[in-house]
Amino acid sequence: MAEIVLEHITKRFPDGSLAVNDFNLEIADGEFVILVGPSGCGKSTTLNMIAGLEDITSGEVRIGGQVVNNKTPKDRDIAMVFQSYALYPHMTVRENMGFALKLAKTPQATITQKVDEAARILDLTQLLDRRPANLSGGQRQRVAMGRAIVRDPAAFLMDEPLSNLDAKLRVQTRTEVSRLQRRLGTTMVYVTHDQVEALTLGDRVAVMRSGVLQQAASPKELYERPVNLFVAGFIGSPAMNFMAGTLEEGVLRTSLGEFRLGDRMRREVERSGTGREVIVGLRPENFEDVALVSPDNRPHGITLHATIDVLESLGSDVFVYFTRELGHGVNSAELEELARDSGRTDSGAGGETIVARLDAATRIAEGQDAELWVDSRAMHIFDPATGRNLSLASDGDGGAVSVQPVSGADAVQPEPAQPETADPNATATDIRAVPGQAGQGGEAT
Amino acid sequence: MAAITPRQRTGWATANFVVIALALIPVLWLVSLSFKTPTAVLDPSFIPSQWTWGNYHGILTSSQFLRPLLNSIGIGLISTLVAVILASMAAYAVARLRFPGKSVLIGMALLIAMFPLIALVTPLFTIERALGLFNTWPGLIIPYVAFGLPLGIYTLSAFFREIPWELEKAAKVDGATPFQAFIRVIAPLAAPGMVTTAILVFLACWNDFLLAISFTSTISARTAPAAMQYFSGGSVFTIPTGPIAAAAVVITIPIIIFVLFFQRRIVAGLTSGAVKG
Repeated sequence: MAEIVLEHITKRFPDGSLAVNDFNLEIADGEFVILVGPSGCGKSTTLNMIAGLEDITSGEVRIGGQVVNNKTPKDRDIAMVFQSYALYPHMTVRENMGFALKLAKTPQATITQKVDEAARILDLTQLLDRRPANLSGGQRQRVAMGRAIVRDPAAFLMDEPLSNLDAKLRVQTRTEVSRLQRRLGTTMVYVTHDQVEALTLGDRVAVMRSGVLQQAASPKELYERPVNLFVAGFIGSPAMNFMAGTLEEGVLRTSLGEFRLGDRMRREVERSGTGREVIVGLRPENFEDVALVSPDNRPHGITLHATIDVLESLGSDVFVYFTRELGHGVNSAELEELARDSGRTDSGAGGETIVARLDAATRIAEGQDAELWVDSRAMHIFDPATGRNLSLASDGDGGAVSVQPVSGADAVQPEPAQPETADPNATATDIRAVPGQAGQGGEAT
Repeated sequence: MAAITPRQRTGWATANFVVIALALIPVLWLVSLSFKTPTAVLDPSFIPSQWTWGNYHGILTSSQFLRPLLNSIGIGLISTLVAVILASMAAYAVARLRFPGKSVLIGMALLIAMFPLIALVTPLFTIERALGLFNTWPGLIIPYVAFGLPLGIYTLSAFFREIPWELEKAAKVDGATPFQAFIRVIAPLAAPGMVTTAILVFLACWNDFLLAISFTSTISARTAPAAMQYFSGGSVFTIPTGPIAAAAVVITIPIIIFVLFFQRRIVAGLTSGAVKG
């Protein structure tokens, strides 16, 4: 077991393309770290550099305190699980699992004992004499894991090990991987393009884009305090809703309603030198059917009317989709990349489709005009030029940035601040809204 | 595809029969000749009126045939072994590595394969005389290997390309040196390709006449096909038709067995890489 330190890692391919750019990450001993990002973001290249399968152009990789830049994979004491599993087709399961030990000239008795033990952990005992061709996908995946764990290595590296499994098995195996890692307590670096996998498995998740590390933090932190547009849009399913907003004298106008920025938020935005145009982000679960919001909570948001285009009921939740027309769409390179990655081509052109996740108890129906409540406390505000999340307090004190609502009709007097800052669920952004938005016809209290 | 009508079936059967008959009649005639007595070789009847083992007995007790047969086997096996080992290394590099001059190398290999052999006989003859390789085993093995390599590289690189690269990465992470990864993981998986290549190279060596007749002068290195040319009859004016026919049958039998046994492999080797799956 060992910690892995990546310092200023850069990978430039012979054709000049930069795959990984100045990547820094410290992975503690026993930590489970996920590298996640869209395809082509350099996450697999990074993993291969840790494994020693790719040369490092510049920077330093240390495993257990030792610089391993020039060591071959066999001298790094790491085990790897590949996307295709890469089982040796001409060997039985037992030979596959014992291959590394055999190469290391381990006595046959020890090999047998270790393979048997790993097989027991992974429930492979019945299959030890089969060849990979006679195994199912899930069994092959387990053999690949077994091949890694018999070696008792300093670290496990996993390159999308679940992506060849069908959806149901993937969820099941995901839990097994997590349990296995906890049981073995070995440092694990896991690459995936699936943000759900990343959030559910990792102690810490490192989000990459175009070879650059965007943010490395706990899943909760990533979800609640994304540092930029890309992380905000990548993490979460369905993705965060983005809409254009205009800032004017401390008032934020969006297609959903108007909010007054608190002093700190306003200072933050002014300091960043951002113009009047910003991008506003709201997660689907920040919306709710107004009928299901308790009166206590209503003042923390605004209500709006929307015609529901599509309604998807999942049993536990209901997803509703509605469209907002707006003069200018959301333009950002990061959002375009996310849209490309998810296969959407019409990002924000025309109207903005907004996804809301409502409680299953809602009576809203498709095609109806519905009244929705938006929890403005969870709103994120991004700089469209840099993508930076402006609603995170940059002074690092974790203090809430306050945004207050504007009453459209009787103007600018905000409600007195309410002492809700003690709410443990409150995110960094503390936005409060006043209902009665002009043009929205909302009335909530 | 539409079902085959009886008419089509008859048509194809006839065509097949004609092709097979055209190919087989000379072979059967050869077999017939090998059983005829020296006086009956000019007898036009297909079935020998008088059967004899004399021709076979003659050649199989004569060092003029046995030694060349041994040369054929030895030279063929050694050439095949060397060619397959070199070809698998070269094919592996061609399939897996990016190195300067790769396309030139592939082009050169193809060029050698297409070069008319007869054009090379004279220069090679001079070279072999100068190097003292004339009329020795290496004098035949070296050109056989050289002409077997292009075929081997092409066939084997197709096989290597189909082996997932991740297997090799896995072997490296498992602690194998590049050589161990090749020997213990890649080579066993490419074994069918190596067998195919070996068969093709061996057949080429075994059947060669041009180089064998040009680069040898005595039975110390002469191979069986070339040795038949030097069979002598009862007198200088007799053509040793019977012994030649018998020798031809003897050297054909291993090939027939070989091909029947490995025919799937040979076809697989020639078409591998053409389609995926």
